[in-house]
Amino acid sequence: MTEWILAVVLGTAFGFALNRVGATNPENIINMLRLTDLHLMKVILFAIGFASLLLFAGMGLGWLDPGNLSIKASHFGVIIGGLLLGAGFAIAGYCPGTGLAAAATGRIDGIVFVIGGLVGAFAYTVSHEAIEGTGLLGNLFGGKATIAVTGNEKFTGLLSQYPGEMVAGALAIALILIAVILPKAFRKDGGEAGAKNVVDEDGPVPIKS
Amino acid sequence: MPRVLPWLQGGLLLGAVFLLAVALVKPIGVSTQFVILDAIVWDWINPDIVKEVPESKTGYGSPNAYLNKSGGKYAKNAANPLNYSFIFVIGLAFGAFLSAMLGGDRPAGRQYSMPEVWASNFGTNPWIRFLVAFIAGFLVLFGARLAGGCTSGHMMSGMMQTSVSGYLFAAALFASAIPIAILMFPKRKSA
Repeated sequence: MTEWILAVVLGTAFGFALNRVGATNPENIINMLRLTDLHLMKVILFAIGFASLLLFAGMGLGWLDPGNLSIKASHFGVIIGGLLLGAGFAIAGYCPGTGLAAAATGRIDGIVFVIGGLVGAFAYTVSHEAIEGTGLLGNLFGGKATIAVTGNEKFTGLLSQYPGEMVAGALAIALILIAVILPKAFRKDGGEAGAKNVVDEDGPVPIKS
Repeated sequence: MPRVLPWLQGGLLLGAVFLLAVALVKPIGVSTQFVILDAIVWDWINPDIVKEVPESKTGYGSPNAYLNKSGGKYAKNAANPLNYSFIFVIGLAFGAFLSAMLGGDRPAGRQYSMPEVWASNFGTNPWIRFLVAFIAGFLVLFGARLAGGCTSGHMMSGMMQTSVSGYLFAAALFASAIPIAILMFPKRKSA
């Protein structure tokens, strides 16, 4: 019962947040990937860094349970799957979560994307056995590995000579710094590469909406 | 609250949700639930797809190797859709709907069918956009299942935990997404 309530509350909060950062609008995703509007890139990098910093601080203080962590294995499928996902992400401006969220805000292309996604997931479901047979899903970099030591013994920490909080903290601060210094855009809307004047208009850290 | 938050406030909100999820339950992930919904529908059509198998780890199994993997984990979730991960994704859709109703981002006019950047490069025929969105959805979910996760689970949750696969996935994703977006959408007229 508690689990259901948490699922509803956290799921609703996630959908709400995706909408308020502008991620349910494919215009914003495509313009991020065209490098003409880096708003979402700043949001994503900051969110990862901020969450990571507090996660490792909380685990270090014993407030958060490392048992909740879940690390996915590295294999060639991650790379090929990432490339395929990236292609669809660029073409449509949707990923699985934002596509569903966009569909819920009434976007018809989002609904069509979700239906295509269900067919794609089914195609994978029936071809998994054959793909696994190619050895493509064999572990790389120690399989379920993290860069920082997490305190969860199921996962290998690669930089085990340093405290996990220090390694994760350094990575998190790096992500936050990139989010802060990243300009509003690398390119102008017309598509000319290297248009730096876009950057100069507002300075690197636009706070107001 | 503005329609779209400034990046810093948006980052704090989104980061807080990812942190709360891992603090209270487990890291956020979405794409697995596409498989679960497929399995539910598949099992309606062919009731042998999800079965109770007392000797498996979860008590469920499937003749399909993917649904049967990890002791029938996916088969079990398809047999019991009212589990945390599935309800979470239904909540996601509800949350986005709620935010849109309360003054968040929502489409208007032809944005119901396509973003402006699409119209600037490919015209305003919605059926072309729908066909391409369908193909893109296929690629995205096939890719996500091959990779073992999507932008939420692999990239955001993964990098948050300093997962090696999360960094690998993010690098591959942007290595294809950025060049394709630049080549495919060279121009954008203001609406």
